[in-house]
Amino acid sequence: MSDDHIDELIEAVLRQLKAEGLVASSSNLRSQADNSQTAGSHTHTNISADLVIDSDDPTTSMQRIIPGLENAADQDALVMLMETTTARIGVGRAGYRPKTKTLQLFQSDFAISQDALYREVDPVLLQKFDLFQVETMITEGKEQYLLRPDLGRKLSSEAMALIKSRCVKRANIQICVGDGLSATAIEVNIPKIMPVLISGCQSVGLSLGTPFFIHHCRVGVMNDIGDILEPDVVILLIGERPGLGRAESMSAYMAFQPRSGDTDADREVICNIFDNGGTNPLEAGAYAVQLAQTMMKNRGSGVKMRLSKDSER
Amino acid sequence: MLLRTKLFGKNYEFADIRVLMGKANEEKSGDRLAGLAADTTVERAAAKIVLGHVPLITLRQNPAVAYDQDEVTRVIDDGIDSAVYEQIKGWTVGELREFILDDRNDGERLLKISPGLTAEMIAAVTKIMSNMDLVTAARKIRVIRHCVNTIGEEGTLAGRLQPNHPTDSPEGIRASIYEGLSYGVGDAVIGINPADDSYSSVARLLDMSYEVIQAHKIPTQNCVLAHITTQMRCLEKGSPVGLMFQSISGSQKGNEAFGISVGLLDEAYALAKKNCYPLGPNFMYFETGQGSALSAEAHNGWDQLTLEARNYGLAKRYDPFMVNTVVGFIGPEYLYDTNQIHRAGLEDHFMGKMSGISMGCDVCYTNHAKTDQNASENLAVLLTAAGCNFFMGVPMADDSMLAYQSTSFHDIATLRATFRLHPAPEFAEWLESFGITNQSRFTSRAGDATIFLNRTSK
Repeated sequence: MSDDHIDELIEAVLRQLKAEGLVASSSNLRSQADNSQTAGSHTHTNISADLVIDSDDPTTSMQRIIPGLENAADQDALVMLMETTTARIGVGRAGYRPKTKTLQLFQSDFAISQDALYREVDPVLLQKFDLFQVETMITEGKEQYLLRPDLGRKLSSEAMALIKSRCVKRANIQICVGDGLSATAIEVNIPKIMPVLISGCQSVGLSLGTPFFIHHCRVGVMNDIGDILEPDVVILLIGERPGLGRAESMSAYMAFQPRSGDTDADREVICNIFDNGGTNPLEAGAYAVQLAQTMMKNRGSGVKMRLSKDSER
Repeated sequence: MLLRTKLFGKNYEFADIRVLMGKANEEKSGDRLAGLAADTTVERAAAKIVLGHVPLITLRQNPAVAYDQDEVTRVIDDGIDSAVYEQIKGWTVGELREFILDDRNDGERLLKISPGLTAEMIAAVTKIMSNMDLVTAARKIRVIRHCVNTIGEEGTLAGRLQPNHPTDSPEGIRASIYEGLSYGVGDAVIGINPADDSYSSVARLLDMSYEVIQAHKIPTQNCVLAHITTQMRCLEKGSPVGLMFQSISGSQKGNEAFGISVGLLDEAYALAKKNCYPLGPNFMYFETGQGSALSAEAHNGWDQLTLEARNYGLAKRYDPFMVNTVVGFIGPEYLYDTNQIHRAGLEDHFMGKMSGISMGCDVCYTNHAKTDQNASENLAVLLTAAGCNFFMGVPMADDSMLAYQSTSFHDIATLRATFRLHPAPEFAEWLESFGITNQSRFTSRAGDATIFLNRTSK
């Protein structure tokens, strides 16, 4: 039987099997056939059996500072150049393309950003901090959330009713938590910032409203909260848009007596809240309490408050 | 005005040119957000058919914002070459498409009719062109401009070196400049986005980048992409400015949101011609991007593609050295996914070229758009095939200040090698003399930032 004939026969059998749904694709069966032919090589099999791959985590800060370029004209100077910036330099090249390690680190960093964006905040965390959950006008999941920022800025009517029935009104400080664009940011920062916020407010005699969690949340939702609960200050802790390899960054948006129609110009923000390199969440919490006191003293926030501060000078 | 067609036995009617232009667009989340998108795919097809029959004269008579209400409209309309316009005003949009694609009409011929076209005409024809139409039409047109060096020549591809740093550290930015230069990137411009827009910080970065250029005798121009008023102040006080930059919008109201006006741009242009250090004659650099007018609520009820075309109509007034769309920066509420970003990139590049602009593209995305780096690499390949003048060169495509992903130094080097393209001629010569390339190929020095340090002997 000629090779051509064999191939033809195999193809015919495959078509039959595929039609019956017994195999997925022709390549599978061919590679199985190839394996069975080479299975006699014991050495090959043994090497595979003994294979141990136990790769170091390439995302640690120690690994990240290792230059990809190994034969620089001045290798010490290359390390010094790399120390001046967080940009990905000194990476070297494979022809015109990045080296394998550099490419795979980039892909890993991208992956963690994506997972943070599409994941939901762990319900156990919400329970632990006694945060009941409400929804915005988003009803069709993450895709709609990304496409319709306007709907993420409004509470659903069920949310409004629930908040009215469960929350203390006219407190000094109303704390809210929103997923925003990163569930990870909320999960890593809330356990650290919440205790500081709560004890900080108590120690300076500020009354606290009933905190809750807003799913599919945009910053503008603060206006609805102000309209319903009328606190002096709303503090919204919300996940930021993930950067490459950095999904844990959170912002604290704050506004004095927010109402419908208010904009970012009426708000203050403490951004880049994360451990190791950003604004430490413990410090951010303490600063937020301080800022709340200033807002209450000035009876304003955002550009308005800054203008009044300027006129005092 | 009756704008109607029958399709599959059903009538599709469009109230006016504004509605028709919105519904004739390929799917974009921003048009949907603005309530301008076609309700169904068949309605979109119907809109394209009707738009194909619209004569160019009607588009001149129906600008996105009325002539007496908007200075961008006035700039574009007043700039029309009447002799050219008289010859083509009777053409339909469909006929314009076929003229552009006709293989007997080369790039020079297309640039001859360009002065007779308003932004709305270029937007309209773009709407009825397919992706490959946009590639092949743009490929014909070469727009060559000169500042210190020459951009846009046949067989070349330039790169903007974008060495940003989260806190504007001059040492950190210099390190990224060295890295980019060692990959042959930086011929379009060494262009720094500052985190701090203050005069002293911007002046410091202008001085630093100019010193690098002088120290190594690099035939290129520098730019710090601060607000244009900050750059004007620097220029007045004697800072070395290669190119003057500004982000622009397709309507007067949109430009007001950016804190600029035609009067201010005129003033900046006059100052640039007088005080920028290069030979010129092209001294301006603009960035654009679909959706910016809508995000400032300055779109006047028109679609994002038409507003984008008007950016190029405005930019033309200043004969810029370079213009690029920042195509994926705005986020998924305007361009949702890979398809939409690719389409917008190809549209913008063609519209810029058709407007007679030296056109590049920041092929990019933010992490909440439904796309990835592979998709960006694809679009860069498509745009190189379309004859794009330049791309961004960012260390490993990851901008450490603006928190988005663009294209890398490696990408520009790869695209040149794959398509057999060269850097700007003066810059290519410098790369040879500096030993980064030898007969256009990388040497072992390529990719090594330390070759620019004084402690290294050549």
